[in-house]
Amino acid sequence: MGEVKDLLVILISSSLVSNVVLSQFLGLCPFLGVSKKINTAAGMGGAIIFVITLSSAIAGVIYQYVLTPFHMEYLQTIVFILVIAALVQFVEMFLKKFVKPLYQALGVYLPLITTNCAVLGVALTNVQKEYGILAGTVNGFATALGFMIAIVILAGIREKMVYNDIPESFKGMPNVLLTAGLMAIAFCGFSGLL
Amino acid sequence: MKENSALERLYNGIAKENPTFVLMLGMCPTLAVTTSAINGLGMGLTTAVVLTLSNLIISLLRKVIPDKVRIPAFIVIIASFVTIVQLLLEGYLPDLNEALGVYIPLIVVNCIILGRAEAYAYTHGPVSSLFDGIGMGLGFTVALTCIGMVRELLGSGKLFGFSVMPDSFTPILIFVLAPGAFFVLAMLTAIQNFVKIRGEKQGKDMSKIGSGCSHDCLHCMDGSCADNQNEALFESAKEEEETEVKPETVRSREALKKQKKETPEKKQKRREEERQETEESMEFIDLDEEDE
Repeated sequence: MGEVKDLLVILISSSLVSNVVLSQFLGLCPFLGVSKKINTAAGMGGAIIFVITLSSAIAGVIYQYVLTPFHMEYLQTIVFILVIAALVQFVEMFLKKFVKPLYQALGVYLPLITTNCAVLGVALTNVQKEYGILAGTVNGFATALGFMIAIVILAGIREKMVYNDIPESFKGMPNVLLTAGLMAIAFCGFSGLL
Repeated sequence: MKENSALERLYNGIAKENPTFVLMLGMCPTLAVTTSAINGLGMGLTTAVVLTLSNLIISLLRKVIPDKVRIPAFIVIIASFVTIVQLLLEGYLPDLNEALGVYIPLIVVNCIILGRAEAYAYTHGPVSSLFDGIGMGLGFTVALTCIGMVRELLGSGKLFGFSVMPDSFTPILIFVLAPGAFFVLAMLTAIQNFVKIRGEKQGKDMSKIGSGCSHDCLHCMDGSCADNQNEALFESAKEEEETEVKPETVRSREALKKQKKETPEKKQKRREEERQETEESMEFIDLDEEDE
């Protein structure tokens, strides 16, 4: 029972309390770049959930069964980034060949996340916090879920703001960043949850 | 100054093409670690060391690395240096290592480093690449320290850990928290937009100034905004689908005819609606195809 409770705590804290974009600033590039419309934002979120959950599971397995027995923990950065880059390519090829509907939904986004810092960040955080494979995978899923929540909300706000009259200098990025800042304030409220 | 000379490269990196203030690259670490001036300085110097060394090695190996696998090769070289620097920090500056945490290994995916490797070191000689790395690294350090100083001063009334503000000053705590980082960057990009717009009105070339957004850390050196790139990407993906789906193209052609008659004000709104409609109908068609 205690184990399930631990996993639930990880789920809530990674997705809401310390949200990956709004309090850790990882994966900021797609967060700002692909949040113009809710549809594309949701697609990107789906792809991120898929890739991060898978990659944190595989990185966990590699760390526990390859790096630790051979005392090569210091190679984690190199190994993780190569494994993740290869994994994303492989997943893309696999989906294209065997799971067509999923590829059509996520395919466009997959190449964009090959070197996303959130993917590598989760793998490294899992090692730092000494999560096991299961806890690491849950943490990966929760982090990605937090990303999806944040990007979908931002896209919703941006859709509403299209016709607003904004000062010339604040059009585009400054405007989006201010919105993200206000969202970050709102997400600070979750810190009372745990 | 002679082009590609050591001095010109230093000036270029620190002022003319400052990675943060002009090119707007590597925003993730810029936001995350600038809670205080000293953290910004530490992160900037760490990145500068990695950037200088990787630029040098990549430039030396540029004739050996095949064109097709250059990105993975760059990543391996950069990741090795990051690991070395991380181990050194752990050994000699444990406090800084603790403060910067996971952002040290994440230097691997910092687009400044990969961007300079791709844009400069891979096509230039080792000496000028070395100085390009030093210049860019120092430019990044200066920028991070400045942002860190602003945030520390407003957020806790201190500079490099020393109290400098009078007692009557109430710190605006939010500036050292996560939202403050977004606000500071928003102001920075707004100032940049302002300079850019004013420069364009005077007829100057402002194409170097970045817009602070990119979809992917690998491709941010293109300098163009992610929104445009994504749009192009989605358009091409859509075109592929459209060639398969005949009725869709016919319908959009009709819609185009309709649009021509409309006034410009309505046009924008109409186009937005039209796009949403086409997307929705496209999804239905996709579903139909799956059933078959």
